[in-house]
Amino acid sequence: MIAKQLSIFLENKKGRFTEVARILGDAGINMTAFTVSENSDFGILRLIVSDTEEAIRVLRDKLYGVSVTDVVCLRCPNVAGSLAKAMEIITANGIFVEYMYAFSEGETANVVIRPDNLEKCIQVLQDNKVELLGASDLYKL
Amino acid sequence: MMWNEMIETMSRADMHKLQSHRLKRVVEHAYHNSTFYRRKMQEMDITPDDIQSIDDIVKLPFTVKQDLRDNYPFGLMASPMSEIVRLHASSGTTGKPIVVGYTRKDLSMWSEVVARCLCAYGATKNDIAQISYGYGLFTGGLGAHSGMEALGGTVIPISSGNTEKQIQLMHDFGANILCCTPSYALYLAETIHASDIPLEEFKLRIGVFGAEPWTENMRKELEEKLNIKAYDIYGLTEICGPGVGGECECQNGTHLWEDHFFPEIVDPVTLQPVAPGEQGELVFTTLTKEGMPMLRYRTRDLTSLNYEKCACGRTTVRMGRILGRSDDMLIIRGVNVFPSQVESVILELPEFEPHYFIVVDRVNNTDTFQVQVELRPEFYSDGMNKMLALKKKIAARMQSVIGIQPDIKIVEPRSIERSMGKAKHVQDNRKLY
Repeated sequence: MIAKQLSIFLENKKGRFTEVARILGDAGINMTAFTVSENSDFGILRLIVSDTEEAIRVLRDKLYGVSVTDVVCLRCPNVAGSLAKAMEIITANGIFVEYMYAFSEGETANVVIRPDNLEKCIQVLQDNKVELLGASDLYKL
Repeated sequence: MMWNEMIETMSRADMHKLQSHRLKRVVEHAYHNSTFYRRKMQEMDITPDDIQSIDDIVKLPFTVKQDLRDNYPFGLMASPMSEIVRLHASSGTTGKPIVVGYTRKDLSMWSEVVARCLCAYGATKNDIAQISYGYGLFTGGLGAHSGMEALGGTVIPISSGNTEKQIQLMHDFGANILCCTPSYALYLAETIHASDIPLEEFKLRIGVFGAEPWTENMRKELEEKLNIKAYDIYGLTEICGPGVGGECECQNGTHLWEDHFFPEIVDPVTLQPVAPGEQGELVFTTLTKEGMPMLRYRTRDLTSLNYEKCACGRTTVRMGRILGRSDDMLIIRGVNVFPSQVESVILELPEFEPHYFIVVDRVNNTDTFQVQVELRPEFYSDGMNKMLALKKKIAARMQSVIGIQPDIKIVEPRSIERSMGKAKHVQDNRKLY
């Protein structure tokens, strides 16, 4: 249930994201989800892609600062209150969320979570019957 | 007005005689009381007997900043500590400062040369001087302070910082002389203009600016903004501090007090003296210092000397504007910064690549100091806080080594230019020379 997320260091300069999108596109790699965290100097682009290993290879080839982080992706109905229910389980078990991002497709919503304790997070979500998305399924979205 | 008219208008021939006499004495003193100088002279196979006139100075070995570091803290002292009454220090490259010691006589000589400068700017005992140079180990504050006291004027020993209060007291006490770095003077000027107190209510008439290079344009700006005459005061800690030389009312070169500090200009590569009037590196020999004499100290400042009599009547040699440096030292907010200091910090932290680029600029009259660094690949991470913590860590370490904190900019891998030859580590956009 552990998925791999890429984090790419980008200076706040015009065209940096465009270049990353082009490099991945040319390599035939699809982006499933991404988010950007930024300050005045630089941004960290976090993304889930169809082929993590290949993405790392082509990006490092182009000298990008890339790291890989384990995350978990939960799936819930795309209706009011369903995310709250899942989050309450996480919080009730003393797990801290460092960051998260979400994307929805019609009836369902997918939420990528980076908790401080990944194994425990997966365990409590599974114990409470929250649907988790397998890595291979996530990469295909 | 001259403080010491006999010296300041002495004929070149008499000055030559005086310098010759004093050089013999200081070389004897250094040879007999400092292991450092005796060893250096023995290595060159010379003794004090080889020095019969000031022209023989070329036989003496040079002294460089590294000598002071290697012999930290007191290795170059030529008087016993019981005779040393004051220590000053300036920032060094590896965390160790450059230390200088003064005997009572050295301090009185220092006050005298600063008083000569002040007098040349037109200051009198009726003036009130606000000393906004930092007080402490830095020579600026106490140097200007004792010179003004020697002159008999009134001293406001306010030191640097606390700008609002500076302006209030300058106004309330009726200060008419301001001593500080030119960049701080500009900042004070702007603060005055932004305050409720009109400039006409201030009594300032003379600015005594030094400790960092400045330009004719800055002079014009300072003179207009503060309604003063702005004068350069030159000095360096190793030689004594501010007061090695100063301008006169002609503002046409800095008169060096060459009866105490003998100047030479040498080619920075061959170390041979250049023809009179030509540019090169300024070298000083202290002719009267007891505590820590300096023989042929290489200042690294590039300039030229003019021996023509000045329109003010002084015959002492005049130094031109400082045109640059023969080493890579930067003066940022009055602090001496060597790129090697930045490098030493980067090399000791495992998270960073051994590459860096320094960008210095001046924004709103304050120096900006940015250091660009790259992380080693495994340290680029997904966590913003982790990255910011790395920035903080290296900035704090630089603050403790260099004395001022740079703005750290983490850049993308391999975006700092790698060069095959001598790497370019610095971009200085200030145009100070």
